[in-house]
Parts: sequence; C-alpha cells; structure tokens
Amino acid sequence: MNQTRTKDTGSSTGNPKESFGNTLRFLTLRVNGSELRCAAPPKALLLDVLREEFNLIGTKRGCDMGTCGCCNVLLDGQAVPSCLVLAFDCEGKEIQTVEGLSVEVDGHLHPLQSAWAHSGGSQCGFCTPGFLMTAKELLEHNPHPSRDEIAEALSGNVCRCTGYKKILDAVECAAQQLQGISQEEER
Amino acid sequence: MNHPHDLPNQKHSLIGKRIPLIDAFRKATGQAIYTDDIKLPGQVVGKILRSPHPHAKILSIDVSEAENIPGVHAIVTGRDAENCFGVLPVSQDETALAVDKVLFIGDNVAAVAADTEEIALRALGAIKVEYQVLRPFLKMEESLEQVPEELRLHPKTYDGTNIHKQVEQDFGDFDRAYDEALWKKRQSFRFIGVTHAFTEPMCTIAFFDADERLTVWSATQVPHYLHRALAKVLEMPMHRIRVIRPTVGGGFGGKSDPFPHEMVAALLSRKCRRPVKILFDREEVFYSNHGRHPSKIDVALAIDKNHKISGLHVDALIDGGAWGSFGVVTAYYNGVLANGPYKLPNFRYRGRRVYSNKPPCGAMRGHGAVNTRYAYEILLDEAAHDLGLDPAAFRRDNVLPPNTKTINELRITTSGIGECIDRAVEASSWKDKYGKLPFGHGIGIAGGFYISGSALPIHWDKIPQSTVHLKVDLDGGVTIHSLAAEIGQGSDTMLAQIVADVLGLPIDYCRVFSEDTDTAPIDLGSYSSRVTFMAGNAARRAAEELRKALIQAAADLSGYPPEVFILKDEKVINCTRPEIQVSYREAVRRAMKDCGALQSSGCYQAPPMGGKFKGAAAGLSPTYSFQAFVVELSVDLQTGKPKLHDVWAAHDCGKALNPLAVEGQIEGSIHMGLGQVLCEEFAYNKGNVLNPNFLDYRTLSPMEMPRVHPILVETCDPEGPFGAKECGEGPLLPILPAVSNALFDAIGIRFYELPITADRIWRALERQKKSSATLV
Repeated sequence: MNQTRTKDTGSSTGNPKESFGNTLRFLTLRVNGSELRCAAPPKALLLDVLREEFNLIGTKRGCDMGTCGCCNVLLDGQAVPSCLVLAFDCEGKEIQTVEGLSVEVDGHLHPLQSAWAHSGGSQCGFCTPGFLMTAKELLEHNPHPSRDEIAEALSGNVCRCTGYKKILDAVECAAQQLQGISQEEER
Repeated sequence: MNHPHDLPNQKHSLIGKRIPLIDAFRKATGQAIYTDDIKLPGQVVGKILRSPHPHAKILSIDVSEAENIPGVHAIVTGRDAENCFGVLPVSQDETALAVDKVLFIGDNVAAVAADTEEIALRALGAIKVEYQVLRPFLKMEESLEQVPEELRLHPKTYDGTNIHKQVEQDFGDFDRAYDEALWKKRQSFRFIGVTHAFTEPMCTIAFFDADERLTVWSATQVPHYLHRALAKVLEMPMHRIRVIRPTVGGGFGGKSDPFPHEMVAALLSRKCRRPVKILFDREEVFYSNHGRHPSKIDVALAIDKNHKISGLHVDALIDGGAWGSFGVVTAYYNGVLANGPYKLPNFRYRGRRVYSNKPPCGAMRGHGAVNTRYAYEILLDEAAHDLGLDPAAFRRDNVLPPNTKTINELRITTSGIGECIDRAVEASSWKDKYGKLPFGHGIGIAGGFYISGSALPIHWDKIPQSTVHLKVDLDGGVTIHSLAAEIGQGSDTMLAQIVADVLGLPIDYCRVFSEDTDTAPIDLGSYSSRVTFMAGNAARRAAEELRKALIQAAADLSGYPPEVFILKDEKVINCTRPEIQVSYREAVRRAMKDCGALQSSGCYQAPPMGGKFKGAAAGLSPTYSFQAFVVELSVDLQTGKPKLHDVWAAHDCGKALNPLAVEGQIEGSIHMGLGQVLCEEFAYNKGNVLNPNFLDYRTLSPMEMPRVHPILVETCDPEGPFGAKECGEGPLLPILPAVSNALFDAIGIRFYELPITADRIWRALERQKKSSATLV
C-alpha cells in the first residue's frame, strides 16, 4: 500500500473493496466562485469535503441522512443536503455555501442574511445556513412567494428553536428587499 | 411604571427594545463556531462502543486485538474511571463507561481514540465483550416490584425495588375537600416520552496537554457542572481543568447534564495525550436522550359549591430510564408545580420515579411540570363544562393573586395570570366562539406557570448562583465575563443589553465572554429558566458599580456632586444643568487614573424562602412566570387530522427586556409543545429505540404550524432585572392542554393519552358515531 495515498486507510485488512473506496483521487470543485482542489476517496461526501478539506464550516452536520437540512448547499442553484451527495458527482457544477452568500453582494450581507438577523430567524443558529440556502433557491424561482409557499419550500429544513414564525418573517422580508433591489436595477 | 432598578432621571435606551441578538450576524454568515467546527492540531477521533442489551452483566472485555490495529491511540473501559457522577449531588449514579452492568441499549461500554473514524469503528468491532443477559425492566410497573439485588439497576433504590425516588406531600385536607365537592373526578392519564431534538448533535473535544492541564470544549448548557464532574471522575483538581463552551446548537435541557462522552473524551485524551473529538451521530443523540419522562399520572380534582378549586390529588409514576439525572427534581416537580396558577387549598401528592432499562430521561423544556399541567387543565375544563361554566371565566375566577403564598409555601410575588386570561380571551374573540363553532371546529384555553430559576442551588455551598464581572479599558469597550451559557436563547444579548443600558452606551460597546471557566466567574448555567433573572441581576449590579465609578469621575472632573449625574448617549450628564457633560471616554480615563482598567463584579443569590417540610425546596423560585393560551383548530372528520389555525399566547414575562427574543421563546415553546401533543413519540421495542432519527421521530414542519400571536404581559417583578421574569419554558406548558380542550370543543371527545395523532382522533370519532347510533 502506498502510504501517501491512503489517508484514512482501510488497508490493514487488505480488503480490496475497502482499499478501492479509500484510494485518493484529485477532486476539483467550484465553490462560491473559486476553484478548490483536494485529494479525496471516491466515496467522499460533499459535506465532508466542504467541512474537512475546504474548512467551509458554515455548512452544518445535523443528521447525516438528509432529514434536517442543516447541510443544505446550492448545487447549480438547487438546494441539496450535502450529506447525501458524492463530492465527485459535483465536479463541473457550481456549488454555493453560506460563505458564498455575501460573495455575490460584494462582501456585504445578502438580504436574506440581514433579514434573518433582524427578524430573529436564528436562535441557536445551527440550522440557519441550511435554511438560507433553501430560501435562496426559493426566491430565485419565486421572487414573491406567499407565506404558505415559503413554509412549503422550507419544510425539509428542521429548526427546533424558533417555531418557524420568525424564519418565515425573514424570508418575506428578504423577498421584499430583493424586490426593491431589482426594481432599482431596472431603473 | 417605575421599577426599583430604574433611576429616577434616566430613561432606558435599550431595555424593552426589539433588537437583533448580538450573535445573529455571526450565525447568519456561518461564522459562529460550534464544537464540531473546531479542529486542533493532532486531533484524533473518539468513538464509543455501545451495549446491544437493555440489561446485562459485563463478564469480560477484551481489547487486545483492537489495541493492535494501526492508528488506534487509546482504548478505555469502565475500569479506567469508576468514580460515579451525575448532575445532582444526591443521585450520582453514572460512570464514564459501564463498570459491571449495562443498563440500556446504547449504554457506553468502551471507547477508542484513533486516527480516523473508520479505524475507530474497526477497533470498536474488534473489542470482545462477554455479557450475561439479565431480565430487563421496560415497563414502569415492573420497576415497582421488589427484586433481588442483582436485578436492581443501582445500589440506591427504594425498598428493594427499582424505584429511584419516591416523594409524598400532603397539604390541607384533600379527602374532606373531595367528599364535600360539588364536582369531582378521578382520571388516569398516560404520556409517552419525547426528546429535545436539538439540531446540533452532541460534540466534545478534550485535550490533556503537556502541562497536565485538561481543556474540554463541549456543547453544554452548564459548563460549571461539567467542570465539577470532570474533576470528580478524572480525580483532578478543578483548577487544572478548563471547560470551554463554543456556540451551542440548541439545548432545551438536553445538554444540561454532565455526560459520559465528555468524561470519555477526557479519559482518552489523558491516555493518548492528543486532542480527542467525540461527535455523536443522530442515532447516538437519541440513545443519549435525557428527554421528557414517560409517565402515568392519576389526578383527582375537587370543585366546591362556590365553583372554586378545593382539592387536587396527583399520583405520578414516572419512567426515569437508566440513570438518575435530574430525576429527583422531576419527581417533585410533577406535583409541586401544580400549585399555580390557580389557588389550591388542599393538595396531596405522591411521585415515584423508577429506573428502567431504557435511555435515561432528564430535564426538558418545562421540566417536570408539563404532563401534570396537561392532566390538571383537562380536568378543569371538564369541571367547567359539566358545571355549565365558561372555562375561561372559571379559570379567571380561581387565579392566584399576587403577593401570596401557595399551600406548599411557594412565594408568589407578581402574578399576571388574570391579565393573561383576559387578554387571550379578548384577542381570540373567545366569547363569540366558545361553544358556538360548528362541529369539527373548536376553541380551547389553558393556563400555566413556571419557575424563574430554582431558588435553591443543587450544590449547597453558599456561593452566589450568578456572578458577572465587567472590565473597561482605555478603548471604552466593556468586556462582560459570565458563565451563563448562550445556547440560542439570547442570554449573551440580554447581558449586553442590561450592561449597555445601565451605562448609557450603544450595545456594540459590550463584548460578552460567556464560554470559558478560566476567565468567567461561576454561574450555574442555562437551565430552570434562571438566566435572565439571576445572571441578568448580577450583570445589572456589576454595571451599577461601574456607573458609580464613572459618575464619581465626572463629579471629580466637573466639581458637581455625584447625585446630579446620569449616564446617557455615551456621556455623563449633569441632569440639573444638561450643558455640564463629561464624555464617557473622559470619565473612563479619569476613573482609570490610579487603578488601570476598571473592573466590577455583581452577583445574585436568591433570598431565603420556603417551608420547613421535607422537599420544601423543590419548586421554590424567586418569581414565577404565568401564561394563558387560547387555541383555535379544526378537525378533518374524514381522516381525523387536526389543523391548528391560531394560538393566542399571553405570557407574563415580568418585563420584556427584548420583545423580539421573548416572542422567539414563546413561538419556539409552542412548536415543541405542539409536537408533544400531536405527533412526537420516543418509541421502543423491547428496549430498543425504534425511531432514532428525524424521519421517524417527527417534529412539526413549518407547514403544520398555526399562526402564533404572542401577547406580552408585563407585571414588572420587583426583584427581576428591570422587572423581568422567565420566558423560555413556561410558554410550553399551556399549549398541550389548550389544544386538547379545543379538540373537545370541536368534536366533544377528551383525550387522556398523548400524542393525539390523527388516527387516534379518527378512532375516537368512529367510536363516537357508534355509541350515538346505539343511543338512537
């Protein structure tokens, strides 16, 4: 076994299956507008690569089975739980994490982020990054969602602190702000 | 209204203002650092081997093969640390890892530290454990049997059984009240267990370093209790241990005990001298539980001829699971916290908490009070219905007045229950709706009250329950040191708001350091809804000390007497001649002249109170919150599915220091309480948790939430900081019975067992149809 290539080695048993899963390959991902590279085994999950390799710790690990939405990121604009996505399947796609939200507004807070803070959308905050990404997808497809539409869009994300009311408030408020921005741009 | 904490000439700049939590921007940008976000150089992975049996003797553990796996750095078993610990000094019945016996499926047997998770898991698989399976105790009733010592879960149990704690209280003459009652009823209620389901799984990093000092980073609600437990289990002095609480992703009581995995991480690190991180997966979080106790509660209620509540008898059998945890308190709270928000002249209580071979139960939002509250409020509703009284008016007629003592000697100062009922009734148009809505559509009311911090600390060592230190240096910034744990409830914001308000500063002058036992003075942490009241008062006092020093400095600089000055808008102003001003910075510089950085300290200790009888301390609090909720809902008569429309939630929080945060607590409590009443259930099969994940343990989604209308009632408690009382737990209590009472109004059926799922409602409707058909 090549020691340099067996980072989380499964080699001691010599099981070919295990060593297949653990052989490192180069991975290139486009995250928040930057090209990031690392070596990872084919089985690596997007969540693990974002957190462990790229140190993008804003994406949270809540359940490892796609049930809480804490690890949601945008993959070509679609919110997906990154704990259920193979990292190598994301090559060539555009990934956005919570850290990337302010990149597109020149380092300022994205309207969703400031709405979240001002509306009280975060208490413990652990679910917030995942919610922000889901909400962003919603507003891109539906800039004027009704309260019921917001609730439906966010129903794959779990928040245990807020009772969701202030989260819905935040999305409504961000939608209004974004509306104002796009009107200004049109002018 | 003028409060004793207000200065006559100084208006509040921040108290009562809706302001975003001070960590909201960090959280909204992904910059808040939770324990799992920390990675130390040389860090290895810790994993715990768990028991496959609910009850078994450990005959042997062989770790020799596991030790030889490359990449394994340390293995520990129960023999490595046999000292017992537990959150309560009176029931220390946990060990870091099982020593002789395993007590539930998922119990901690051995642990490994290894380079990677994969290696650690392989090593766990290579540990050979020989068990002798014992008879498991899975139903509460079985734990009441007298059994041979071998079958007792812990050495200290009641009378040869598996009863952990039995308490009895008797005030007044319940029997007589019951005999003479105009209306009376006995009813048995059953409650399944529910769990906190916080989103951040437990996580701990421990590092035993070259100086033989131990640092533990952990997602905990009470760094101080963890600090104590680590010292006991590791046999190290507290001053060589440092506990750091990074951002916590929700607690709700579920992170308030010191936990075995925290001990285990420290033991592993001491063995391999590297930082060890233990991160639970979601399934392990469920095994760890410490959620609300399943219980069977028999209640008898008596109403006298004047329509006054004349007697209550509660007999609670509570399933504690494998360990003690907060259980002694739970055993009391199930009874004593029925002594409000209504006047109760005769009260009898028996509480029995039993051990069983299931994951331990502990403190969960509304600790100990929730299930009994449900039972009590259902019977009150039945009484009102049978007596032809409006349930809201009937409750209003029975409220506890302010400045009184309950029969079990709880000291009531302010009581907003009357106003809560009035305002919830008004806002919901109750009078137009109650009893008048069409079949399938209903409205219900319930009340509640809750402690605002426990008046007696669990460790009787007479140190203040909260202490806050402040430091101001040349930059004028105020550093707030406290060990009150910010767990998302907004306690850091509350501290900053109070200090900045007293000093007349914008809130961004304050930096809060509330995470480190090395720098913060002791605070008993975030549980029992104590932080705003206790740490808030400590912060206020510390800030008032600083204010004094700054005013003295301004007096020295200007030549006017200190009495005329106030602090406002970053200035010290002579309020008799407002043109005489000293800037805040100038005052700081002057005050620092001979002493360097300004420092102050404030603390809080609850005043003496309570009776002399056994268990008198349980339920005592310096003040109580009160609430009355009205729920409107409808039921789909074809499927039984309930749909919640509106909740009018009136809560007496004394004074809403930050209404945005108070509303958030009320809304969140309602979500959690609705889960327990409608769908959440910790399900077992032969001691195995059936639903240890978020798919099968279902919490309510945003689509299922009703419109929540918080109504903030402010009674200005004379001892609360600027009048404030708790708001984090009380608002959970009334939502459960209010829903159930609304269901009765909708379909005429009472539910004595939770959760009230659609299929239960549907079955009840079918039975109702059949019996009405028979009547015809």
